[in-house]
Amino acid sequence: MIQFNGIHKSYQTGNNSLHVLKGIDLKVTSGEMVAVMGSSGSGKSTLLNIIGLLDVHDSGDYYLDGKLVKDLNETKAAQLRNKHLGFVFQSFNLISFKNAVENVALPLYYQGVPRRKRNKIAMEYLEKVGLTPWADHLPNELSGGQKQRLAIARALIGNPKVILADEPTGALDSVTSQEVMELFAQINKSGITIIIVTHENDIAHQTQRIIRLHDGKIEKDHKNGHYFHHSEDEKTV
Amino acid sequence: MFDRDRWYEIWSSLAKNKVRTFFTAFGVFWGIFMLMIMLGSGNGLENGITYGMGDLATNSVFMWTRPTTEPYKGFPRNRRYYFRNDDIQALKDNIPEMGLVAPRLEGGGRQAGNNVIYKQNAGAFNIYGDYPEWNKIDPAEMVQGRFLNANDINHAKKVAVIGRRVYEVLFEKDENPIGKYIRIRGVYFQVIGVFKPKNMNFNFGGDKEQSIHIPFTTLQKVYNYGNIVAWFALTSQPDVDVSVIEQKASKLLKERHNVSPDDHRAVGSVNLEKEFKQMTGLFMGINGLIWIVGIGTLLAGVIGISNIMLVIVKERTKEIGIMRALGASPLKVISQIVTESVVLTSIAGYAGLVFGVLIMELIDKNLPEPGNQETMFMHPVVDFQVAMVALAIVVFSGVLAGLIPARKAVSIKPIDALRYE
Repeated sequence: MIQFNGIHKSYQTGNNSLHVLKGIDLKVTSGEMVAVMGSSGSGKSTLLNIIGLLDVHDSGDYYLDGKLVKDLNETKAAQLRNKHLGFVFQSFNLISFKNAVENVALPLYYQGVPRRKRNKIAMEYLEKVGLTPWADHLPNELSGGQKQRLAIARALIGNPKVILADEPTGALDSVTSQEVMELFAQINKSGITIIIVTHENDIAHQTQRIIRLHDGKIEKDHKNGHYFHHSEDEKTV
Repeated sequence: MFDRDRWYEIWSSLAKNKVRTFFTAFGVFWGIFMLMIMLGSGNGLENGITYGMGDLATNSVFMWTRPTTEPYKGFPRNRRYYFRNDDIQALKDNIPEMGLVAPRLEGGGRQAGNNVIYKQNAGAFNIYGDYPEWNKIDPAEMVQGRFLNANDINHAKKVAVIGRRVYEVLFEKDENPIGKYIRIRGVYFQVIGVFKPKNMNFNFGGDKEQSIHIPFTTLQKVYNYGNIVAWFALTSQPDVDVSVIEQKASKLLKERHNVSPDDHRAVGSVNLEKEFKQMTGLFMGINGLIWIVGIGTLLAGVIGISNIMLVIVKERTKEIGIMRALGASPLKVISQIVTESVVLTSIAGYAGLVFGVLIMELIDKNLPEPGNQETMFMHPVVDFQVAMVALAIVVFSGVLAGLIPARKAVSIKPIDALRYE
């Protein structure tokens, strides 16, 4: 699904060049649930942004769904994001003046789905994340967990192949974090690839595979042996 | 384009900053409004003055004698002289470019007191001795009867054409004046016509409503003017510059009256064509000024809009980032912002247009009918096409005002937009 061959990325700040990704080789197969970990500045968010086509890499090859991503214009990138990718952010990034249904329906708006139809679909997804009673509420009338579930519904509505989550539980307490992670596990079971950037160990341990970044390089990439086991543990605790 | 979401989006972003939106829109509103008011006023001024000029022959020149300022052929300076009857034929014969020749005599003004009497009514009016040609140079509308004709001149008939006010003063209401005899300075004249002047902004030292035209020849004989002509009204042939006949007539008249050719003050003249050209130039100047000021005001409004759009877009950078992460294409983002700007400018511009036109219509409605007054201001309305052009300029500027910040908004990377706080 996602393949990185020697991806480099550096940021230009004035005269200084900050080399953030120093040759990343990575392969994520379809249906995987992956956690990307690392201290701040290790490049994990940059990695996610490049996967999400929100940022462009300097060198190396990036294959998304088997296709080489190169010299994309913004229109094409927007199309790919709309069709293949779903985003979940730490700060939710909901549109404040739109209510829950409208927020969820937004990606369909860009696909040109008629209003009535997309609102109907949006209601279905709201039901999936358990927010049907809050359909008419504005984001600032929802709790943190509800907001993140709303954002997940929005990420799902376009029928993406990959969900990219940047610190999805960073702004949530442990109970709601757990709700969100369970939602992710459920989504993953339906066959959608999920990549979660996090620095919390117990979040990472609920995924199948953990990639540890250090200083722009992959330090460790291992299957999480405790995957199912661990989540069972969490539940019993 | 007509998606409800889009309009909802536009509305919500404009409504979020009501005060700012209002003042921005007000800038454009005021620009268009002022342009309309000024254009309307300019038109009103032009309409008023040209109406007052009516169908006055603009290719005419008026000439009269003045004391000489140069000694010539044994005559001293400061000599008074008069045009004579034989000058009429001489002017016609010697100047091929000449159109009409209308000599005129003034038979006493109304300052002298009551000089015209009918039955028990009396009034003070200006008496003019005229040729029929006069009515082609400064035409009047005949309310009743006719103007002077060649027969009246040739036989020096004692007939009179009276102004509307003269009729009102001398005659009873609804009394038919035609054929009645009025006494002008002790001599009886038969009334043959009543006229209503048309060119109110052009007077010869008196209200035309209160004047009486009698045949030129009659006036000379009855009031002992011999063969004197007080002044000439001359017109040029079509396509001939009036200054040509002005110069030629001046030269000829000087020759015939032993006035030095270098005496520039001995023949007084007013060239109507020149005056008209000056006036046309003035109107063009006024119109030009109106457009410059109007466009300037409009431009200020438009700059205001682009400024506000810049701020709005900047404030919404993060939102635009989210939209793009969710798959909004740059075109979609740009068209959204441009629509917003166009909607704002169009509504404001249209409001200004309507309000401006409304005010001008209101003024037009309440303006007194020009009737017989001197008018300087009439029908202050704005040309529909001009209004549409102004509106088109506004809408086009609205597009530009939106396009510039919109392009800027999509030129940055989505991730930078998302991180923007």
